[in-house]
Amino acid sequence: MGSYILRRLLQSIVVVIGVTLVTFFALQAGGDPTYLFVSERASQEEIETTRRALGFDRPLHVQYASFVGDLARGNFGQSLSYRQPAMDIVLEALPATIELTIFSLVIALLLAIPLGVLAAINRGTAWDGSITTFAMLGQSIPNFWLGIMMILFFGLYLRWFPISGHVPFIAPMMAGDFGTAISNLPRTILHLILPGIAVGTYSLARNTRLIRSSLLEVLEQDYVRTARSKGLPEMRVLIHHALRNAWLPVVTIIGLEFGFLLGGVVVVETVFSYPGIGRLLFAAINQRDIPLVQAGVILLAGIFILLNLVVDLVYVRLDPRMKLMEGRG
Amino acid sequence: MSDHLSVPARDTAFRREIRRAARAMVEARWPIFAVIFLLAASIAAAFGPLFAPLDPNRQNLVLRLAEPMAAGPDGSVFLLGSDALGRDVFSRLLSGARVSLLVGIAAIAVGGTIGIVAGLLSGYFGGWVDDLIMRVGDIQLAFPFILLAIMFLVVLGAGVWNLVLVLGVGQWVTYARIVRADTLSLREKEFVEAARALGDSTLSIIFRTILPNILAPLTVIASFNVASVILSEAALSFLGLGVPPSVPTWGSMLAESRDTLIANKWWLAVFPGVAIMLTVLSFNILGDWLRDFLDPRLRERT
Repeated sequence: MGSYILRRLLQSIVVVIGVTLVTFFALQAGGDPTYLFVSERASQEEIETTRRALGFDRPLHVQYASFVGDLARGNFGQSLSYRQPAMDIVLEALPATIELTIFSLVIALLLAIPLGVLAAINRGTAWDGSITTFAMLGQSIPNFWLGIMMILFFGLYLRWFPISGHVPFIAPMMAGDFGTAISNLPRTILHLILPGIAVGTYSLARNTRLIRSSLLEVLEQDYVRTARSKGLPEMRVLIHHALRNAWLPVVTIIGLEFGFLLGGVVVVETVFSYPGIGRLLFAAINQRDIPLVQAGVILLAGIFILLNLVVDLVYVRLDPRMKLMEGRG
Repeated sequence: MSDHLSVPARDTAFRREIRRAARAMVEARWPIFAVIFLLAASIAAAFGPLFAPLDPNRQNLVLRLAEPMAAGPDGSVFLLGSDALGRDVFSRLLSGARVSLLVGIAAIAVGGTIGIVAGLLSGYFGGWVDDLIMRVGDIQLAFPFILLAIMFLVVLGAGVWNLVLVLGVGQWVTYARIVRADTLSLREKEFVEAARALGDSTLSIIFRTILPNILAPLTVIASFNVASVILSEAALSFLGLGVPPSVPTWGSMLAESRDTLIANKWWLAVFPGVAIMLTVLSFNILGDWLRDFLDPRLRERT
């Protein structure tokens, strides 16, 4: 198992290098990157000064080396619109994005398990039919449109939920102000419900299908049949024998799930004017604030890679079969 | 040429297969609706401007934000209402179909081609070629796709072909992995050995002998893929990273609808979203059905 962990760590390092390469070359993809940093009416002289100031006159490999050096020292450049270090601005928006991501992950996983189980044990009935139909629809609705529709219906028509904004929970928590954090919590959740559903529905739908089919497969295995023939109550068979194995495929995709959720968060935050990294990116895109876009993308990608690593390492502990794989590489 | 052995039987077998597919489709019921919807959407995409009641970009400041079925200019009707600039929503939806379907299918063509070639090379040659291609794929998948797309599109700028390129490159890994696995298993099969013994060139073996035998399962992936690419395209257009603003797309229509949401101009927000959803749903249903049809054993998995 040690070798697996080592290999997985090395792999993550390679991926991080890949991320720096991609972010670096993305800048070069459109030709001379200097033009991204000057206004359209800039004079030749201004362009030259900017080019030299940003170091775009140097050879590519020198530029890349200094880019990576800057990243390693935590220097992500100055945001063009805020005139502040780009990473500071992104980090300030991070807690709100984490709150939304966790909330939607909870929706995507916690609801998917009962729905998937319900569909599988009632296979072929109306339950199964409506849950699979729901899952099919959930995978076909654009998350941001679902957000807009919920704003129209639950926000503007029924007036049940706020349609924009955010009440911080993690931020006061980190500042050590637990009183504020706790008293904020109900309102934090209230503000998270609509955007959380918008972000989480796609994953919820996919996980529901996954758990359903995974459980159906497990239910046909010999050990489940044995457990049943021993006369164990159906509920016990389901929980102790079937579900234990059926949820393993779900664990493997939790890491990837974060990727989907982060992608969803970026778009949905804009719909709900939710002050996270997504809305920040949206504004940065419109103002062509390249350093800010880069800082946001690198931070989110870094978090994603880290989470994937953690999930994979946890998975090794959860699935005893992985221990057998050790010798086979 | 190893495939001329099967030529005499092919024609009737092919027709029989088509008939079987048509029957299975009618039995399954939903796929028929999906196909009908997609045909209608394709016709809208190809000939939309011909039967669009109004010019999708023609502004009419007197008839702004007209409700669905309201009277339009010169005796016409705003079937689905008009937007904040008095443009006809229905005509714009028809134009949007063109972008969505074109980008969806072109991106799959780009991604599929790269992926198939990469997978064939990877599976057939193995060794360092295989390692290199698969590791590049791993790195790409370790990156949330939408972030990658955002970064490149910010730099490259808006445009249909940039969008196709970025979305296409985003898809190749899936194809490469499947093609690689299938190629690995076919490489040692008798008919490939036979082609080799007959002295066919490596290229001919890869593209004429192996490729035709691995295409069927790829249609399933492609169908689901078109669905997810259309969703991504809509999201990117919504963020203002899609095609130039002069081209109406479903995603950018939704972005514009946000400004009038509070004023409850629901038709601007509802119809483009319904169009996206029905298109994506159709591709998903079709993919599901194709998978069951091509390989019933896979039915309960994935």
